[in-house]
Amino acid sequence: MSRLTADNEARARRIMALYPRPKSALIPLLHLAQSQDGHLTDEAVRHVAELVGITPAEAAGTATFYEMFKFHPVGRYLVNVCTNISCALLGADDLVAHASAALGVKPGGTTDDGMFTLETVECMAACTEAPCLAVNYRYRLRVTPNDFDDLVAAIRSGDIDQEIPHHGTLARVHQEIPEGRMAGISSPEQARAAPAWMAAGAEGAG
Amino acid sequence: MAADGYVDHAPGYVANEGPKIVTGRFGYEDSHRLARFEATGGYEGLLRALALAPGAVHQQVRDAILLGRGGAGFPAGVKWGFLPPGRYPYYLVVNGDESEPGTYKDRLLMERDPHQLIEGCLIACYALGLSQCFLYVRGEMALAQERIAAALNEAYEAGYAGRRICGTDFSVDVVLTWGAGAYIVGEETALIESLEGNRGMPRLKPPYFPAAVGLYGQPTIVNNVETLSNLGWIMANGADAYRRHGSESSPGTRMFAVSGHVRRPGVYEVEHGVTTFRELLYGDNFARGILHDRELKAFIPGGGSAPWFFPEHLDLPLEAKPVGAAGSMLGSGAVVVMDETTDAVDAALRLVRFFARESCGKCTPCREGTTWLERILQRIADGRGRPSDIDLLLDVSDNISPGPYPAASDEARGLAAVAFPPRQTTICPLGPSAVAPVVSTIRRFRSEYEARITRRDAIPVKAAS
Repeated sequence: MSRLTADNEARARRIMALYPRPKSALIPLLHLAQSQDGHLTDEAVRHVAELVGITPAEAAGTATFYEMFKFHPVGRYLVNVCTNISCALLGADDLVAHASAALGVKPGGTTDDGMFTLETVECMAACTEAPCLAVNYRYRLRVTPNDFDDLVAAIRSGDIDQEIPHHGTLARVHQEIPEGRMAGISSPEQARAAPAWMAAGAEGAG
Repeated sequence: MAADGYVDHAPGYVANEGPKIVTGRFGYEDSHRLARFEATGGYEGLLRALALAPGAVHQQVRDAILLGRGGAGFPAGVKWGFLPPGRYPYYLVVNGDESEPGTYKDRLLMERDPHQLIEGCLIACYALGLSQCFLYVRGEMALAQERIAAALNEAYEAGYAGRRICGTDFSVDVVLTWGAGAYIVGEETALIESLEGNRGMPRLKPPYFPAAVGLYGQPTIVNNVETLSNLGWIMANGADAYRRHGSESSPGTRMFAVSGHVRRPGVYEVEHGVTTFRELLYGDNFARGILHDRELKAFIPGGGSAPWFFPEHLDLPLEAKPVGAAGSMLGSGAVVVMDETTDAVDAALRLVRFFARESCGKCTPCREGTTWLERILQRIADGRGRPSDIDLLLDVSDNISPGPYPAASDEARGLAAVAFPPRQTTICPLGPSAVAPVVSTIRRFRSEYEARITRRDAIPVKAAS
């Protein structure tokens, strides 16, 4: 479909400037591409590869390793239900069965209206709040079947659009270093000297 | 502690009695903001550090015997000492890729007190002469990413990060970066690969420590979020004060997540070394006993990778050495509690499936072995098990981790404890981790396996048509 928009390309360049080597920005840039289109299009992957200076195959090679990257359209809301041990002990399987029946799709499937994709996932680090799920990586804890139905209704009504953005959008607060505050990023080859406060060798950083 | 504005805003966290070194601010609604951090002693540790020579700061951390909180429990001060002198630049990579089954603490630390973590990063960079810090947060943790981004923006604005920090000649950039879903990236060399824009596969060892060869081939320190979150307190209060908490070989506190079949599951800050599992599972100050007054069947003391413990091991202290000698590990501070109704085969399957899903595929014994283990367990769980399957499970396990596998003692069956860690035929510990639930359950609950394998009435019989 699409390459990165001009705005996103500008942001991509700002992200790359934070790393000593541009390829280190690859995963953040793939997230940026996914936030633009909801999934990773071939065109966007190619564009990202171009920006960081690698081949499209290398970029795809990295992208396919990580399960958050989707190569086909998924629902606007990605519902991830944890089925690992702590959640399983407290009813995760029942929650998956309920979610599956309520949405009318099996895990892995997307509703016909393109609203929801249901996935079972591994531990999300909310083990004391089992069973848990996340919608577009926004957590819901100690979820009952009723909670699930309420959540789906709230999403369908648009009531919680503010809280849960469309799939692809991850963090909405970004690191922005104020003008003149940056210590300065250099490549490993350019940074062979001891840092100033080490070279001084004095008591304290003065 | 109950100051103005103190309410519970950290789901899962339980503010029990006891010293609070890393969770002290969790109850404040604005615990993640710079104003609250500064009002509660924040960045004092950094200022104390900046008044000392870098080497003196390193010595404080050495003296504190701050054990790594990511899983291996290696002393941070010693790990720092592995940097080869003069081979600049050095880097700091923060491991915020928490995803070990049962583990829930680093996400809380990142969401609730990001400045505390940033302060720890800065202290480490100052002490060791690190040129840049990369704060790698698990991809799925959107809120943690937002909170850290906001905190970094505040810290830069206020002069705590970036150029000429607090007016000194200490300058370092702290950069937020994030993953995209892969448990293996928690392994430190895989984390570095990911940060270089590659598939997150662990690197061949030796060299064993990224301190020798790490990011871009340069000396690199990789520390866990909780480890670094202790540094501000240590610098503000001193190593001696730190060692007054906990035990001699494991000072300070640790965060433990108690999940599963307990009355009050939660994340607790626990005094290292002196508390026992019995107190943690049954104590009024902690999880308050088994749900529905049932009997305890088994518990996992340190995350999905840890061999299991049973009721007779409840009086072990929460301390690395005795737990290791008893056949398991404290790992990532994740205690998963299973009551008498838990099906051992299903629980083992659940954990093995995780490792099979998350195996990166680099080493054959792990890639093939975890998949075999999952399939065999699945067919046993489905009632299609074969009599030879128990031996087959143990045989596949032995290919991943040869020799006696770490396990708890079992007096009733005349089995002695096998001390941690396991041996491995793989580059990283993921494969051997998959063996833990298999060996633990077969040793203890072999009869459950046999019943599942021989009880044919569980199989629905269809008439031939």
